[in-house]
Amino acid sequence: MAGPGEPTARTEESPDAKPRVGRRKFLTFLVAAPTLTVAAKYTFDPVADALPSLPAPSELLDLGDVITLATKPTAWSMVLRVEDDGRVRFELPRAESGQGITTTAAMIIAEELGARLSDVAVELSDAKPEFLWNQFTAGSTGVRTLWSPLRGIAATARARLITAAARRLGVEAGTLTTRDSAVWAPDGRSESFGSLASAAASTTSTAVSTAPKDASGYTLIGKPTGRMDARDIVTGKAEYAMDMTIEGALATVVARPPTIKGTVVSFDAAPALAIPGVVAVTQIPSGVAVSAETIDLALKGRDALVITWKNGPAVGLSDADIRTKLRASTAPLAVPRLLTNHLDASFDFGFVSHAPMEVHSAIADVREDGAEVWVACQSPIMAQNDVAGAIGLPSSKVKLHVLRAGGSFGRRLFWEPAVEAALVSKKIGRPVRLMWTRTDDVRHGRLRPASHHKIRATYLLGEVLSFEHRMASVETDLKHGFGEIVSASGAAVSGPGDGLLFFHLSASNPYHFGLVTQLLTEVPVPVHTGSWRSVYSAGLRTAEEVVVDELAAKMGKDPVQFRMSVLKSKRAKDVLAKVAKEGQWGKAMPRGWAQGVAVHEEYRSVTACLVEINATDPKAPRVTRATIAVDVGLAINPTGLKAQMMGGLMDAISTVLQAGVHLDAGKVREKSYADFRYARQKDAPIKLDVFVMPPTGEPGGAGELGVPAAAGAVANAYARATGTKPRSFPINF
Amino acid sequence: MPTYRFNVNGKPVAVEAPADTPLLWVLRERLGLTGPKYGCGVGACRACTSHLDGKEFQPCTVAVSECGGRKITTIEGLADGDELHPVQQAWLDEDVAQCGFCQPGQIMAAAALLKTNKTPTDAEIDAIENVCRCGTYCRIRDAIKRASAAM
Ligand code: FES
Ligand code: FES
Repeated sequence: MAGPGEPTARTEESPDAKPRVGRRKFLTFLVAAPTLTVAAKYTFDPVADALPSLPAPSELLDLGDVITLATKPTAWSMVLRVEDDGRVRFELPRAESGQGITTTAAMIIAEELGARLSDVAVELSDAKPEFLWNQFTAGSTGVRTLWSPLRGIAATARARLITAAARRLGVEAGTLTTRDSAVWAPDGRSESFGSLASAAASTTSTAVSTAPKDASGYTLIGKPTGRMDARDIVTGKAEYAMDMTIEGALATVVARPPTIKGTVVSFDAAPALAIPGVVAVTQIPSGVAVSAETIDLALKGRDALVITWKNGPAVGLSDADIRTKLRASTAPLAVPRLLTNHLDASFDFGFVSHAPMEVHSAIADVREDGAEVWVACQSPIMAQNDVAGAIGLPSSKVKLHVLRAGGSFGRRLFWEPAVEAALVSKKIGRPVRLMWTRTDDVRHGRLRPASHHKIRATYLLGEVLSFEHRMASVETDLKHGFGEIVSASGAAVSGPGDGLLFFHLSASNPYHFGLVTQLLTEVPVPVHTGSWRSVYSAGLRTAEEVVVDELAAKMGKDPVQFRMSVLKSKRAKDVLAKVAKEGQWGKAMPRGWAQGVAVHEEYRSVTACLVEINATDPKAPRVTRATIAVDVGLAINPTGLKAQMMGGLMDAISTVLQAGVHLDAGKVREKSYADFRYARQKDAPIKLDVFVMPPTGEPGGAGELGVPAAAGAVANAYARATGTKPRSFPINF
Repeated sequence: MPTYRFNVNGKPVAVEAPADTPLLWVLRERLGLTGPKYGCGVGACRACTSHLDGKEFQPCTVAVSECGGRKITTIEGLADGDELHPVQQAWLDEDVAQCGFCQPGQIMAAAALLKTNKTPTDAEIDAIENVCRCGTYCRIRDAIKRASAAM
């Protein structure tokens, strides 16, 4: 904690003791949650006339709740400092990869404190084991986990500043207010935060309440605000891991095997070492590292190496084999077709690369007695432990700095280059800066797991009686601390593996469809996988939204009207009504064009998306317009929220229509953005409108929310425009 | 090793490098200009986009030996001192950047486009092939139109 002269919001008081309803539900629901299936509680009755669906487990307890619980015990070790120069400093134990969390955190602090936003500096915290699981960025939980503690810390700091100012001004503390980084008396006198910084540090008790502000008093929260680091970005000054160096660091790249998880049999380093400027060649588990004065020389050295490789364990597997495995592993549908009408559909989703714009890189300086590492990373404490283990030092001897990331989408849940850089640095006795190439990342990075889905819906007399979804997915690697977080949350459960637990904590279906069941089977395949923005929901909910449209058609209903009649929550109906109105649902479209719509509810938030597509050439469709409505409970920064929804839409357009990677005999076929066809400007809608709904509660998650609804809308629009039933994604692959 | 002389952001420079060194690494590794980003090294992502004699180019695909005597502008040289280029200002006004990694290249591509075409159509904006993995395309389009109006 801060020393004298650096007042800190050391709160013994609990500034926000009000229990959240969701959490109470969570506690009572906890034990049953991960193993419960809704079906288990209810016997199926095909002739019941009222068929409200039970809440899915994730509607009572979701992933964000678990992470919030896990982070709670250490939330108060976050430190906010007010300095003599008036700067308010906060070290954020999260990753910033473009989602805007640093700006959002600064807004919450500035609001609560009464500081100018420009006076608040939010920096990324180094890996600090004392944070336990409160230093983890995933599951769209950034704002959800920070909302209460940040306000609490800042409100306490405000109370202390006011108390110090009251003494100095000789007035009653209760009459003072804060704004523009100063405390103001009713007579117009003021004391700046900077001038109070020392005095407030020695204030022993606060003379005013330390409770956070009431929402009605917000002036900054909810106000559209630009990113705080935007100027650095547009002038090229923003520094990423790859732009950094430290004294004496050697540029390093790694020759990697042709197949995934292939290994080195033997190699000849001589041709590489013969190149002037190439300094060292080092074998590490993932390949052969070449260190040189500059990256271009390291790349030349890498190309000169002569290496004999052993194939990786997936060498016998291609896309078709994976699909066959997944289909065979999908759990059987349980509801008999009986005498009711039914609709069966099955779907395949291919592998997708994360391909963040900035490739993975890290800097490491390993010495006898300690190491220092710089890396952009979502789970720095795990990374710190892993690096320490790899180089044989205790974790306490490894200092790990978290850098801003040039995108992530889940990729930076893993920290491979940090370990590689540390291993090379240890072996050659020099600091190294290690860079993955784009091809390294596409071929040896992480993959969104391929999945297969079987859905059966039964209906009678215009009502859906049951909706069964069986998903089989290549196993998602969650070994980045997810299991530990769940244990730390107190939600200790035995039985399901991490993947199944994660699935139950995130899967939901927003409709009254009678008996709704969603089950996952995970199929281990020896390739590198990882959570990809919206994780299971991307495939799960996209497939479901396609089926919803097909159900509506079977029952002779309009897709929007049908959804309106079966959506459970008012918030969901409101966002759907909003996009239908603003996006002019039902308007006449030329032949080959169509609208498509979908809804998604997760992370305590809900969104609807309506797109227009031009699929006159079904091989080159273009989403020309999109209308999105989003209700995240409370939008801290609508500008940032809209940006996240736009990003989710582009991910949806890409993964539904054109962007994926192929597995050919244990090797990823694609190499760069030339063949991994992530959307470009020509694929983006010319017109996009994102509507942020009025506040409905506390902030929910937003970062991943946009993907599933947009993906469903794009798939449905394509289906309607082409008269086809999309079953395999990406459609043009 | 041969020496190459050219002009970067208004200043003459001389660098020693093997003839086939991609200019991107000369800029980043030898001249300390890290604004142009590496995203693929093969001309596909366009994160490195800068200007060569006033025209857009991808320095990862051009060897240093081809640059002798020429004028190169990187994102660091686009603004006039503290005065932002209208494209940079439009990027701030539209709050385009997310992770920001592609944006130096996007801005340089847009600035080059607006130099020869004051009022680009949507189809002309569509022709910009720079990847933005965060998907900021709609704001990029709006910012280009805003800059076009301002210029
Ligand atoms: S790095 Fe130059 S185009 Fe990708
Ligand atoms: S802003 Fe992240 S890649 Fe464009």
